[in-house]
Amino acid sequence: MSATVIAGPVAEAAPLRRFGIGDYLTCLRGIMWREALRFVHQRERFVSALVRPLVWLFIFAAGFRQILGVSIIPPYDTYVLYEVYVTPGLIAMIQLFNGMQSSLSMVYDREMGNMRMLLVSPFPRWFLLISKLLASTAVSVLQAYAYMFVAYLWGVVAPGWGYVAVLPALILCGFMLGALGMLLSSAIKQLENFAGVMNFVIFPMFFASAALYPLWLVQQSSPLIYRICTLNPFTYAVELIRFALYSEVNWLALAVVAGCTVVFTSAAVIAYDPARGLMVRRGGGPA
Amino acid sequence: MFPALRLAALGLAGACAWLLAAAPAHAFTAFVTNERDNTVSVVDLDAMKTVATIPVGQRPRGIVLSKDGKQAYVCASDDDTIQVIDLASRKVVGSLPSGPDPETFALDRVNDILFVSNENDNMVTMIDVAKDTRLGEIPTGVEPEGMAISPDGKTIVNTSETTNMAHFIDFATRKVVANVLVDPRPRVAMFKHDGSELWVTSELAGTVSVIDPVKHVVKRKIQFQVQGLRADVVQAVGLRFTPDDKLAFVALGPSNRVAVVDATTYEVKKYLLVGQRVWQMAFTPDHKYLLTTNGLSNDISVIDVADLDVVKSIQVGRLPWGVVVAKQ
Repeated sequence: MSATVIAGPVAEAAPLRRFGIGDYLTCLRGIMWREALRFVHQRERFVSALVRPLVWLFIFAAGFRQILGVSIIPPYDTYVLYEVYVTPGLIAMIQLFNGMQSSLSMVYDREMGNMRMLLVSPFPRWFLLISKLLASTAVSVLQAYAYMFVAYLWGVVAPGWGYVAVLPALILCGFMLGALGMLLSSAIKQLENFAGVMNFVIFPMFFASAALYPLWLVQQSSPLIYRICTLNPFTYAVELIRFALYSEVNWLALAVVAGCTVVFTSAAVIAYDPARGLMVRRGGGPA
Repeated sequence: MFPALRLAALGLAGACAWLLAAAPAHAFTAFVTNERDNTVSVVDLDAMKTVATIPVGQRPRGIVLSKDGKQAYVCASDDDTIQVIDLASRKVVGSLPSGPDPETFALDRVNDILFVSNENDNMVTMIDVAKDTRLGEIPTGVEPEGMAISPDGKTIVNTSETTNMAHFIDFATRKVVANVLVDPRPRVAMFKHDGSELWVTSELAGTVSVIDPVKHVVKRKIQFQVQGLRADVVQAVGLRFTPDDKLAFVALGPSNRVAVVDATTYEVKKYLLVGQRVWQMAFTPDHKYLLTTNGLSNDISVIDVADLDVVKSIQVGRLPWGVVVAKQ
């Protein structure tokens, strides 16, 4: 199904009426409600989003307990167990998977025809996409807090205010990773291609980052991988969350994550723009 | 109007109380002997950082505060002397006649007598601090190590690394009155504040022997098991009791952990991750924090005693061994 066919009349119809803030909020609420319903109805999605990082925490981290303890790196004031170190990385992993899953749902919607509902809306395309991103970010933040609660019970405890201070970081990182997913979804033709996203986006982003090992340790084993890690926006998402959990701001990480959020969101909006985007270039006929 | 005023006054009082609670009651300074650097690091515990370094004799290990808390005595093992540091000027101002290779000691604060274990001499040397004279020597086991004085000052205990014993010495007669066999390489001995028990750590076995100081028998052995670690790296060394004797902290050497033990039930409550090869420990005078020396990572870790949580690790010199905390 070609999105161009759907989008054609929308672009013409949109300027006919000016919308007030109330109208925009209604639209935002509708999109968020739909995402919430999808989240509630797909319990297995929630469970799997929680189980994945917990498996890492309970099994992987247990085997690596001794990997750290040789150097103290900010934001930590003292030695930490590996499970404490890896927790921000696993929180970011939840958000990464959620961002990609959200992109999967966009492809699914396009294949099933549900996207027509969204795209025939008279609201500007950028607003619809950002609303969708906000909805997906909200879900990822919920998942992240659920994970932090279980980790807390497991003995991985952050300083009290850290649980509050991490919220803005989670929102920003969730938004960035959601925008990346949305950008990718514009380039994925079919649902089956999503496996490629797993292999070429999620795994490399996760493994070539500061999520599993501190960068000084990566640098010791391979300067090339260290370089790749420093170029990976996911590294900065992890560090932003790590510092926020200790009520600190890693300014470099904040700048990179904020910059990437703007770039990915703009690119996604352009990609989904019926006049300029990738969908036009690809969509001569039915997929 | 009145309720509003009262509310405001309450709020103000609350804010003041919070501010007072947040502000440190005393400034504490830690003095850490660095065995490899031949120095003593001075650590400001408000700023939580090392602020000065005092050059001392060779291989400084044991350190203890003087009776008035204004000086510190440091065992300069390889110089065969005990040096006296003036804490205000942070300078070595004198020395005491220690006998050969002094490693560690205990101060009898009533009589102002230092009991020094001379590791290579199989002796405990007694020094009258005020008179700066050696009172005599008491022969004990091979490689004397830990020293403890009972709260009533009547019994001195010395552990010997190679003989694997805790030697009970009667202060009045200065004779060994009992020898209690403990696990291999006993390190630190310490009486509970109420004098009801003597605990002795054994480095090689990684255990603590709880000894009845009246009957001179081991009534209990405490063992440690750190998840994910081989048993041989769990080596019990430093030991401290909270003032109420409810909790004991045991430094577990190369396992990089301090065990928190319920001193009534002898159950290990928690293992706290600190730096590498944790050795000796000291409380701040208000007992809010416990400091640990971490020999191989060249730092000290600060444990919040109420929260049982490690809050900070502070870089000091190389191979930190002993630590004391003074009000300054």
